[in-house]
Amino acid sequence: MSALRDVWAETLIELAEDCPHLLVLDGDLANSTRADRFALAYPGRFFQMGIAEQNLMGVAAGLAHGGFIPWLSSFAVFFTHRAADPLRMLVAQTGANVKIGAAYSGLLTGYTGKTHQDVEDLAILRAMPHMTVLAPMDGPECREMTRWATAHPGPVYLRLARDPVEGPAFPREPLSGQPRLLREGDDLALVSTGPQSLRCWEAAELLARRGIQARVVHLGFLKPTDQPALCAALQGVPVVVTAEEHSVLGGLGGLVAELLSAQAPRRVLRLGLEDTFGESASNQELLELHGLSPQRMAQRIESEMLR
Amino acid sequence: MSAPDLGQLERLARRARYLSCAAVAQAGAGHIGGPLSCIDLLVALYFRAMRVRPQEPDWPERDRLVLSKGHAAIGLYSVLALRGYFPVGELRSFDRAGSRLQGHPDMTRLPALDASAGSLGQGLSFGLGLVLAARLRGSSARTFVLLGDGELQEGMVWEALHLAPRYRLGRLVALLDANRLQQYGWPGSRTEERRDPWEGVPLPEIFTALGWQVRETDGHDFSQILAALAGVQEVPGEGPPQLILAHTVKGKGAPFAEGRYTWHSQVPSQEQLEQLRSALELTEAEVAW
Ligand SMILES: Cc1ncc(C[n+]2csc(CCOP(=O)(O)OP(=O)(O)O)c2C)c(N)n1
Ligand SMILES: [Mg+2]
Repeated sequence: MSALRDVWAETLIELAEDCPHLLVLDGDLANSTRADRFALAYPGRFFQMGIAEQNLMGVAAGLAHGGFIPWLSSFAVFFTHRAADPLRMLVAQTGANVKIGAAYSGLLTGYTGKTHQDVEDLAILRAMPHMTVLAPMDGPECREMTRWATAHPGPVYLRLARDPVEGPAFPREPLSGQPRLLREGDDLALVSTGPQSLRCWEAAELLARRGIQARVVHLGFLKPTDQPALCAALQGVPVVVTAEEHSVLGGLGGLVAELLSAQAPRRVLRLGLEDTFGESASNQELLELHGLSPQRMAQRIESEMLR
Repeated sequence: MSAPDLGQLERLARRARYLSCAAVAQAGAGHIGGPLSCIDLLVALYFRAMRVRPQEPDWPERDRLVLSKGHAAIGLYSVLALRGYFPVGELRSFDRAGSRLQGHPDMTRLPALDASAGSLGQGLSFGLGLVLAARLRGSSARTFVLLGDGELQEGMVWEALHLAPRYRLGRLVALLDANRLQQYGWPGSRTEERRDPWEGVPLPEIFTALGWQVRETDGHDFSQILAALAGVQEVPGEGPPQLILAHTVKGKGAPFAEGRYTWHSQVPSQEQLEQLRSALELTEAEVAW
């Protein structure tokens, strides 16, 4: 099973031939983000910008307004935190056609710890007008989203998890921008984004063995949100649970709670980091620690929601 | 403890090199090249230059170290352990959940740490603040900030480089680990080679022009390092900020990693650890941890 960063880099190489304006700009992390493969395939269209993410973002905005499509390669945290101001003023406010390959997104960043775990990116970007925010759950969706983002005029942020996730292989589906139903169920709905959606599917399988039928909804298009479609996908269940590799504040949980409170009030339980930072640990330990492993999610749902 | 002589410093540095690699091997993750290039500087600082009390890590009058290139954390942890801040065996907890020895330095977990780091380019500003605070408190403590040469591309470093001379912060000492490699960088003449990120740039002249007093040293020769550190320690608090440009080798001491950018972050095998031990001429007893 390939990781999203691999799929992303391979898709950029596929696209490059038919899209001569596509460039890649790296913040000295290409051998982690896999953009080094693009550098080998298209050395003339790969630009090493050094360890200077604010400058990287500014240069990208200039290139975009000069007619190019720059894809940026660095870790999520350095785009949304270090380069937040140029991202806001030069990219979002001008609608620059910049594509952000946000590698090592979420909680599972290979032992790097709290400095590198970006558990606030969705909160920041959801509040930033003109941004499009995508979080694919698996390789096929990542490939479609990379292609879609390249063709879409305007700034796009693409969350790219570091490691492959074990899980079922879902059939490839054309991108619709709508939430995707991964599993039927009427006792509750479990909503997630990125590879956490696959862990939610596993949690639902565990719950089914306990006689609880959880619907699983994957929301890959976080912003703009197809609100009517999301409301429709959550119809008919008494309880909605969100799960994300992100703070429970302002991310997917915030999105769902905001929407439902206005349109179709329901109890919403938000799983994620409880207003805390991450730390260095194995993926398994981190998922356990923050209640995001399939087992921990299933236990929590069973004990809290369905007493 | 009487101050260790050159031979002893050399020996300590070898042990710290081995421990760093062994801890990365056991954690299955971490950095090699960057820790190994700055270990001699760290040993010279903690065993000779810095006024510290390992048994009293929060002693207010201590000199501070800011490891701005935070990915070299395991190198710092190894030196701190040998200096007596915590048992060498604790290095086994590197990168583990709940550990005080995080992948990047976390000052909220380990009292021996004077700074947190991990996102490059922020340490010189923090160090500037520490030295300004010491001055305002009437303390003569110095702050040493260890920077990477790739890290030097961050704009924030230059903001601090510009500011420090305005306030004549003579007790601020920047050490530049100029190992001429970063993580990926710019290709050289052959694919497996990388260009010096500052090729053709007269860094000492630039730092001097900004108002820093610059000393250059071989970053692996203790007599030169100690001479440079002795020099900065004579500078009065109102003198110019100090910069030591240390010429180093990334991956220094590890035959498999020396000068190779691909060893920025890689995990050594058991065979490589054994190769390292014999290259460093360490006995079994010296590498026990
Ligand atoms: C702001 C920021 N950007 C990128 C990184 C990822 N990164 C970690 S180490 C490194 C290379 C550092 O090179 P250098 O400063 O020369 O360190 P050394 O050669 O001593 O390892 C990079 C790009 C980071 N930690 N922080
Ligand atoms: Mg370097």
